[in-house]
Amino acid sequence: MSKHHVTTTINGEPTEYLCEAQQTMLDVLRDELGLTGSKEGCSSGDCGACTIILDGSIVCSCLMLGVEAEGRTVQTIEGIADGEKLHPVQQKFLEHAALQCGFCTPGLIVAAKALLDTTLNPTEEEARYWLAGNLCRCTGYDKVLRAVMDAAAEMRGEASA
Amino acid sequence: MSYLDKASLKVVGSRPIRPDGVDKVTGRANFGADMALPGMLWGKVKRSPHAHARILSINTDKAMKLPGVKAVVTRADFPDVPPDRAYIGEAPANLRDMSRNVMADGKVLYEGHALAAVAATDPSIAEEAVDLIEVEYEVLPHVIDVDEAMKDDAPLVQDGLFTAGVEPKPTKPSNIAKRVRFTKGDVAAGFAEAEIVVERKYTTKPVHQAYIEPHACVVSVGADAQTTIWSSSQGQFMVRGYTSRIVGADIASIRAMPAEIGGGFGGKTIVYLEPLAYMLSKKSGRPVKMVMSREEVFRASGPTSGAAMEIKLGAMKDGRIVAAQAILKYQAGAFPGSPVNQGAMCAFASYDLPNVDVIGYDVLSNRPKTAAYRAPGSPIAAYGVESCVDELAGELGIEPLRLREINAAKEGTKAAHGPTWTNIGYQKTLEAARDSAHYKTKLGPNQGRGIASGFWFNAGGDSSAAVHINEDGTVSVMCGHPDIGGSRASMALMVAEVLGVPYDQVRPVIGDTSAIGFSAVTGGSRVTFAGGTAVTRAAEAVVEVLKKRAATIWDISPEAVEWTDGKAVPAGANAGSFEPLDLVAIAAKSTRTGGPISAEIQVNAQGPGPGFATHICDVEVDRETGHVKVLRYTAIQDVGRAIHPAYVEGQMQGGVAQGVGWALNEEYIYDKDGRLENAGFLDYRVPVASDMPMIDTIMIEVPNPRHPFGARGVGEVPIVPPMAAVANAIADAVGTRMRDLPMSPPKLRAALDEQQPRLAAE
Repeated sequence: MSKHHVTTTINGEPTEYLCEAQQTMLDVLRDELGLTGSKEGCSSGDCGACTIILDGSIVCSCLMLGVEAEGRTVQTIEGIADGEKLHPVQQKFLEHAALQCGFCTPGLIVAAKALLDTTLNPTEEEARYWLAGNLCRCTGYDKVLRAVMDAAAEMRGEASA
Repeated sequence: MSYLDKASLKVVGSRPIRPDGVDKVTGRANFGADMALPGMLWGKVKRSPHAHARILSINTDKAMKLPGVKAVVTRADFPDVPPDRAYIGEAPANLRDMSRNVMADGKVLYEGHALAAVAATDPSIAEEAVDLIEVEYEVLPHVIDVDEAMKDDAPLVQDGLFTAGVEPKPTKPSNIAKRVRFTKGDVAAGFAEAEIVVERKYTTKPVHQAYIEPHACVVSVGADAQTTIWSSSQGQFMVRGYTSRIVGADIASIRAMPAEIGGGFGGKTIVYLEPLAYMLSKKSGRPVKMVMSREEVFRASGPTSGAAMEIKLGAMKDGRIVAAQAILKYQAGAFPGSPVNQGAMCAFASYDLPNVDVIGYDVLSNRPKTAAYRAPGSPIAAYGVESCVDELAGELGIEPLRLREINAAKEGTKAAHGPTWTNIGYQKTLEAARDSAHYKTKLGPNQGRGIASGFWFNAGGDSSAAVHINEDGTVSVMCGHPDIGGSRASMALMVAEVLGVPYDQVRPVIGDTSAIGFSAVTGGSRVTFAGGTAVTRAAEAVVEVLKKRAATIWDISPEAVEWTDGKAVPAGANAGSFEPLDLVAIAAKSTRTGGPISAEIQVNAQGPGPGFATHICDVEVDRETGHVKVLRYTAIQDVGRAIHPAYVEGQMQGGVAQGVGWALNEEYIYDKDGRLENAGFLDYRVPVASDMPMIDTIMIEVPNPRHPFGARGVGEVPIVPPMAAVANAIADAVGTRMRDLPMSPPKLRAALDEQQPRLAAE
C-alpha cells in the first residue's frame, strides 16, 4: 500500500505526514502525529469526542480522511490554549467542575470554543443545540453549559458569574 | 480523630480546581487507548454472529499466513479455571464464568461472544485476519426474553444449571440460576388487613452504561512472564487479579498501571480485553494493544439487566402501607449474576413496612453477560415500586409526596433485608422536596410532576493510601483508586484539612499495583468513604511523625507537641518556648531526625452509610408525537458530608441524566435471530445537551459517623429514582400510566391513542 503525502497546518504549525488512503484524520492525529488529545468514542460521528476545527468549522475527525487535510487548517484540543494560558472555555470548565471522567472534555471544549468564535452571545438553548453532537455521560451537561455561558460572559468583558 | 463538626473545617467543603484538571482540558491526560510502545502490535477479536451456537471447528491457518499477523489465540490457549478456583480473594466475580465470557468455550452464548483474537503489526491487517478465521457453527435455538427463558421448554443457555436457593433442589436444569427471597412479618395477613390493594406489572429493557471511552489496554509480557498492563478500568488491582487467574499467572508477575478512565459506571469493574492481549503478547513476544469499537462495547460488554416485575401493595385508607410484595425477574445475560439480589433488597428499603415479601429470579438468556451499572439492580426495582406507590396514591386520593411521608423509613426502621436504619436522611429529603421552590411552582397544560425516591447501600471495604512529606515540605498522596469523577480533589482536601496546609500544597497521584497497597475497585460509591478514610488515617499518622520530629528538634517529649494550623507548637507553657515548625522546617531536618517522613495505611472500612434520594421531575408531553420533554428537575439526596460539593452535585446531575435516558429512550433492541439491532450511538440514543434542562440539586448532610468527615457514598443513588419520577410525571401530565420502559415516543403515542376513545367517552 503506497502512502499519501499530506501538507497541512495543525495548531498553527506547518505539518507534513504520510498516511494511507483509508486512515481517518483521527487515526492520523492519534497514531501518526501523537496528538492523542482527540478521543475515539464511536468512529461513526455520533459522540463528538474527536471534534476538531477544520478551516473554522467543527468536524468529527473520525468522519474525515487524513488525506482531506491537504492544504487546510486544523485545530485540535492541543492547540486551544495559548502556551501556558488556558482559553476561557478551558478555565471555566475547571472552575465549574464541568468534567468528571474527562474523556469527552477535549471534544466539548473544541466545540464550545468554535461556538464562541462564532458568537459571544449564545443563548443557553443555542449552546445546548450547538453542543448536541458531543455526548457526555457523566455530567448531565448542567455544569458544562454553565461553564460555556460563563466563558462567553467573560469574553464579552462581563464580570464572572 | 473525627472531623464531623462542619464549622471547624477549613478546606473540606470548598470547591477548588481538581489536581488533574489542566491535563484533562488540554488533551494531556492519558486514557487507555492513548498508550503506545515501541514494536507494539494491534489486537482484534473474532466474535460470534449467532445468538447461540456450538463451535464445531475454528481454522486459523489462513489468518496466520497473512503477512503482518504475529499471533492468533483461541480457547485452546487459555487454562481451564476449575470451579474451586473461580474466586480470587473475596472479589465478587466468578472468574470461571468470566474466563468463558472473554473467550468462548465450546459454545457461543450471545451475538458478539469472543471466540478468537489476532495480533498484527497494523490494525487493518488484524481486522483482515479476523475475517480469515474460519469457524463452523451448529446454530442452536436461542432465547432473548426473560419470561420466555423461564419457561419449561426454553432453550438452555448453560448446560446443567440448576436453580440455587430452592428447596428441594430441582432435578431438571433451567435458565433460572438463582432464586432469592427477603421477608418481614406476614405479608398474607397484611393484604388481608389492607383496605386497598394495588397490583401491577412493570417491565424494563437492558440498558448500557455507555461510558464514552471504549475498553482499551496495552499488555506487554516478557520472556520471563513478567508483565505490565496499562489499561482503563475501575481498578488496577482488579485488572491484575482477574487477569492473573484467567491466564494462569501469579499476581506478583503482573504490574497493572491505571490509565485515566473515560467513564465506567460499573461497566469497567471486570476485564474483557486484558487476558486476550496477555495471551497474544505472550505468544508474539511483543506488546499488544487492544481497543474495542463502539459496536463491540454494545454487543459484548455491559449492559445491566432488563426485567419483568410484579408489584403488589396493600394499604389502609389513611395511607399506611401494611403489605408489600414484589416478584422480580432480572436478566443475567449468558452467565449467572444479574443484580436481582440487590434489587430485591433495595425494592422497599425506603419504607417503614410491617409486612414484606420480595422474591427475585436471576435468569439467563442469550444476551451479553450483564455488568454492574450504577446502583446495580436498585433502579429497576425502584421503577416498579415507585410507580406502584404513585398508582396507590392515586387510588387512595392521597398526594404522592404525602404517601411517602406517611410511610418513610426512619431512625430505627428495620428493613426487610436485615439492617435497622440509623443516621439516615430519607425523611429530610422528603421535607426538602416539599419545601423546595420547584415543588411550589404551577404547571401548564400537558405538563405533569412526578416524585420518586431511591435507596442504595453504598460500599466500604479494602483501601490503601500513603502520604509522603517531600524534602521541600510539599505533600504527595498516593491513592489506590482510579479517579473517575474528581476523587483526587476530595483526597487532597481531606489530607490538607488534617495536615492544616493549603490544598495546593498537596498533590495526589493514583498509584500502580506496585506503588501502593491493595485497593478494591472504584465502585459502590466507596472511594470517598473507604479511600477517604485511608488517606485521612495516613495523614494523621504523618502528623504523629511530624510531632515526634519537632520534639526531637526541640529535645522535648513528643507528648508535649501539638499540631495546629499546619505547624508543630509546644503543647503548653510547661513544654517550653519554641518557634512553631511548619512542614518546610521539619522536612528540611528530616534526615537528621530519623529519615523520610511518610505513612501508608490500609483499611477495611465498614459502615459506609446508606444513601437515600428523592427526585422531583416536571415534564411536558407532546400529544401529537408522544415526545416527552423534561422541563425541570430537582435531585435531593443525603450526601453525609460533601467533601467537594461541586463533584457531589456532578454525581447527582449525571445520575439524573442517565436515568432520564433509561426512562425515555435507551434500550437493547433484538431481531428475531437474537442479534442486536442498535449497537451504536445513533440508534442507542443517550441524552444529549439539548434533551436536558439544568438539574437542580439539594444536598442534605446527615453526617455518617463511620467516616472521619461524615461522608457517605454519593455516586449511585442518583440513578435510582429518575425512571419512576419521569413515569409519574407523565401520568400526572396526561393520565397515561407507562409500565414498560423506555417510554419512547412511539410507545407513548400508542398509549395515548388507546386512551383517546376512553377520554372521548367520558
